[in-house]
Amino acid sequence: MRSRRMRAAWDRTTLGQKIAAFAGLAFLHLPVWVIFLYAFTTEDRTYQFPPPGLTLHWFEVAFARADIWAALKLSLAVASVATALALILGTLAAFALARSRFRGRELITLLFVLPIALPGIITGIALLAAFKMGGIQPGFWTIVVGHATFCIVIVHNNVIARLRRIPPSWVEASMDLGADGWQTFRHVLLPQIATALLAGGMLAFALSFDEIIVTLFTAGHEKTLPIWFFNELFRPRERPITNVVAVTVVLITLVPILLAYRLTRPNEPEDRH
Amino acid sequence: MAVLRSAAAFLYGRRGFYLALLLLPPLLWLGIIYLGSLFALLVQSFYAIDEFTARIVPVLTLATYRQLFSHPANLDIILRTVAMAVAVTAAAAVIAFPVANYMARYASPRMKAFFYVGVMLPMWTSYLVKVYAWRLVLAKQGIASWFVDLLGLTPALEGALAAPVIGGPSLASSYIGMFIVFTYMWLPFMILPLVAALERVPGSLVQASADLGARPGQTFRHVVLPLALPGLAAGSIFTFSLTLGDYIIPSVVGAPGYFIGMMVYQQQGTAGNLPLAAAFSVVPIILIAVYLALARRMGAFDAL
Repeated sequence: MRSRRMRAAWDRTTLGQKIAAFAGLAFLHLPVWVIFLYAFTTEDRTYQFPPPGLTLHWFEVAFARADIWAALKLSLAVASVATALALILGTLAAFALARSRFRGRELITLLFVLPIALPGIITGIALLAAFKMGGIQPGFWTIVVGHATFCIVIVHNNVIARLRRIPPSWVEASMDLGADGWQTFRHVLLPQIATALLAGGMLAFALSFDEIIVTLFTAGHEKTLPIWFFNELFRPRERPITNVVAVTVVLITLVPILLAYRLTRPNEPEDRH
Repeated sequence: MAVLRSAAAFLYGRRGFYLALLLLPPLLWLGIIYLGSLFALLVQSFYAIDEFTARIVPVLTLATYRQLFSHPANLDIILRTVAMAVAVTAAAAVIAFPVANYMARYASPRMKAFFYVGVMLPMWTSYLVKVYAWRLVLAKQGIASWFVDLLGLTPALEGALAAPVIGGPSLASSYIGMFIVFTYMWLPFMILPLVAALERVPGSLVQASADLGARPGQTFRHVVLPLALPGLAAGSIFTFSLTLGDYIIPSVVGAPGYFIGMMVYQQQGTAGNLPLAAAFSVVPIILIAVYLALARRMGAFDAL
């Protein structure tokens, strides 16, 4: 009798939990869908909801804008260079730190967390202070330096997590069977970390492409797509075009992130025993 | 190929040299560029600006910090920012808990995977686009007021907006709106460490508590919650520090009062006072350091 009452209490708790959990999830998702809806609205002055009508017109208008294309190209270039730098430096660091023990290792590990542990504004203003003191003019390369600094951390985290999952006995077995260091790297380690490299690279690319907090400090007069977008927020006349760019930015960042998630996901929960 | 091979063989025998060679380039980058910049920031904060020429005088002085802490307006900014960070952290914890609890303890594996993706997707969606979306949602005639009207709660919303300090002409230009956006932005950063902590609560403890006659509420309060505390602390590090440093959200949504991040951005930009901007940015670093020390004592680092 008592157990049945407890069972009912448990079920009620579960139902309440479920409703609260789904409400939380809905809260996280609704604003994103709003953007997709507004990109098609025919109303171009107010934020009227529901939209009075739907149109594809704004995509055409945005497509013809040279300033958007210039900003998009700059963002893609910055993200590519920053990602390439991060892949090299982050992977080197991951290989060095994955299984080694040496004095000062904790300190170095802390250094590799700091750029994402401290708020972006501190990285931004610190870089700006350094550029000012060094007499460096802000431009393309200062943006890249700022982005690469946090992208290194992302790649490092991804690769080191994978390296730690590779049993050391595999490397030993490879060497015992007569492979030299290079062959072991090429045929044993590299295939194992390839997807982690790809995932880390894609996350770094997406983060760089979307970055605004550091970039506003290091960009000088250059306009990346997020900076273009940020300026647009205070110039509400061209709202429908802003909406179209918003949808584009979401798609460009989300696709690599979803791929990265698929590549690094441990096996399906059902397979794990 | 032969060169690579002999290099690999050479390095394999010399562990220390090999490690140093690997570590050197990334260490130089982060050590010189990142730590060097942080040092430059610190040095700048001890410079001051000449009031007549408006140029930076490169002589070490405490004048900028004196200026920072002696103006009541600056203290207001710090207080306002910390109050917002605390409020956002508390709200994020309250909303995140049921989501994380359901994910960790009730959901089937399939449902759990669905929730993981569901939490990660908005978290990784473009930050600026999310801020912009909220401006659309919270605007006059926007979705928020449409929804409130649908529920027949318009008088309640108008009452809240008429309140002093936190109110404003519309949700998009009030501290209430800013608070909603901040909470939304950092919510996933609270959910994920909480799930990790709750997953580690042994089911046997919950069963034992029930067997000993505790009602679900009692079990929750006395068994689950204390064990989830490290996760809450870990999540709160993110919500607290991200709110302290942000300057985009307060400048896009909310009332005209300044926040630390906006001061940093404005002082280095239009005001041209890099030393004051640097001194202002040292404030969140110190606050975060204090917070980290507190969180560490609550075991936050075991739940990350």
